[in-house]
Amino acid sequence: MSGIIGFADAEFRIALRNRWIIILTVTMALFSLVLTLAGSGPTGTLGADQLSVTVASLTGLAVYLVPLMALLVSFDAAAGEVERGTLGLTLAYPVSRPAVLLGKIVAHVGILALALLVGYGVAAITAFWLDEDAAQGLAALVRLYWSSVLLGAGFVGLGYLASALSRRPATAAGLVIGLWLVAIVLYDLGLLAAIVADDGGAFTETVFPWLLIGNPADAFRLFNLAASEATAAASGVSGAAQSIAPMRALASVAVWPLIAFGLAAWRFRRIVP
Amino acid sequence: MDNLILDKVCKRFDGFEALKDVSFTVGAGQKIALLGHNGAGKTTLMKAILGLQPHDSGRIKVMGAAPGSRAARMQVAYLPENVAFHSALTGREQIRLYLRLRRQPVKLADELLDRVGLAHAAGRRIGTYSKGMRQKVGLAQALIGRPKLMILDEPTSGLDPVSRREFYAILDELAAQGTAILLSSHALTEVEARTDRIVILSRGRVVADDTLAGLREQAGLPTHIQIAARPGAADEVAQALRGGRSNGVIVDLTCSPEDKLARLREITALRAKVRDLDVVPPSLDDIYDHFSRRAGK
Ligand SMILES: Nc1ncnc2c1ncn2[C@@H]1O[C@H](COP(=O)(O)OP(=O)(O)O)[C@@H](O)[C@H]1O
Ligand SMILES: [Mg+2]
Repeated sequence: MSGIIGFADAEFRIALRNRWIIILTVTMALFSLVLTLAGSGPTGTLGADQLSVTVASLTGLAVYLVPLMALLVSFDAAAGEVERGTLGLTLAYPVSRPAVLLGKIVAHVGILALALLVGYGVAAITAFWLDEDAAQGLAALVRLYWSSVLLGAGFVGLGYLASALSRRPATAAGLVIGLWLVAIVLYDLGLLAAIVADDGGAFTETVFPWLLIGNPADAFRLFNLAASEATAAASGVSGAAQSIAPMRALASVAVWPLIAFGLAAWRFRRIVP
Repeated sequence: MDNLILDKVCKRFDGFEALKDVSFTVGAGQKIALLGHNGAGKTTLMKAILGLQPHDSGRIKVMGAAPGSRAARMQVAYLPENVAFHSALTGREQIRLYLRLRRQPVKLADELLDRVGLAHAAGRRIGTYSKGMRQKVGLAQALIGRPKLMILDEPTSGLDPVSRREFYAILDELAAQGTAILLSSHALTEVEARTDRIVILSRGRVVADDTLAGLREQAGLPTHIQIAARPGAADEVAQALRGGRSNGVIVDLTCSPEDKLARLREITALRAKVRDLDVVPPSLDDIYDHFSRRAGK
């Protein structure tokens, strides 16, 4: 237990001083501000309050930024310690490998939760300032918040896995950037191309929804956009996405961290320092 | 009971013998130097003792327990070779982490840093430390909780002579309290007389295990006598002393330790032609070279 606290404390301080995390938090806060201000025009026509509109835009932003932040805090976790020689030292102490990983998880997910609180907090404050009906969208923002933390946790786990698979931090960095590109950018493009080629056939009906839900980032987007009518209206969700129950999407977002941490722990066990 | 027992320890890396039948023991309060060239197997042996990289055959007992077992890790401290702590943490924060891993109160961090002479830098990020200061952070963490066995991999590399002396003073204190210490180095000059015994490793084999005096005796290396002759008398002196090599000014003689006094008597007989003389016993490097080279044959 005291080992978990030790690592959580040290890693939290390291992450706080990580320039990437500061840059991304500020970016998130700025985007939140801009999105809220930019979306403050024609809310009446959509029948949605200011905050619901903001949540719809933030969801689109979070899909890109949250996995990126998560991967940037986590990629160094194992490979960095191997290269610096501190992993061998740590493992010479009476502490178990799962405890080391658990301490890091607490710190890295904690720092993400903090950064998101700042970013979304800025959005909420601005929305309330612009629109007294913003309280209607509060539930959607809270939902966006905790599902973002879950999404982030999944990618923290995947970052650990990439880190445990490489012996050098540079390799791990390359792996996570590749993972981000594939999971967040190329995956959707691929699905889109497949749908166009399929032209409403069997693929679109049966396979596509599962592929969409299988990717935690897509599941996250689906869940947030479909969970509230106001957000759905503001974002114009339609077609295949609407045929997927939000709870299934949520299940995917929630299960991914467990899968990722499990795989990371399994690889981490096999590292010879 | 010995704190560390090694018995015929072997380790291979894809057909390459990194350790071959390594056997020696370290008792309570003993300081043992493990010497060897780069690639001799020092780090490999230490990782096997810590259970970080399991050995293939032979027996290792750490305080009576298996290497890497919880019981062993509770009592062993380690300083890895070339360890680089995270540059974003301060020295104090880094030591607090290691105190927590040993379930010790974190308020001891400043005391430990003070002991290794880093009190003034405790609140500064390790990224701003010099190489020697980082090495001291490593030493500070190894002092936590009075370990029964200390494994130090090239601990004095990067330390200036003053810091090195302070470092050995700390080890002396620990040894006096009963800690067994195994430290490695690639140069005998680094450890000198500061250790009780010297184990020389060459290509994974123990080629010597003795005190410094014992090694000196075993090696039986010749002593050099350098004679500065008076101007113009160098060749004459060389001739008179049979076998001396002259470069026109200095005459260089070698003799076995037993012949030394007889030779000196001969030289004093030539007093009129001799200006000065130096007796140079075999250096630590000569002794070390002797053992590592002998193993190469
Ligand atoms: N993980 C490894 N895989 C293969 N060879 C290794 C490995 N670790 C060490 N070696 C080899 O074992 C030998 C001993 O290395 P090491 O114990 O690090 O030497 P030293 O610490 O005495 O300089 C070297 O030849 C080194 O290349
Ligand atoms: Mg070494």
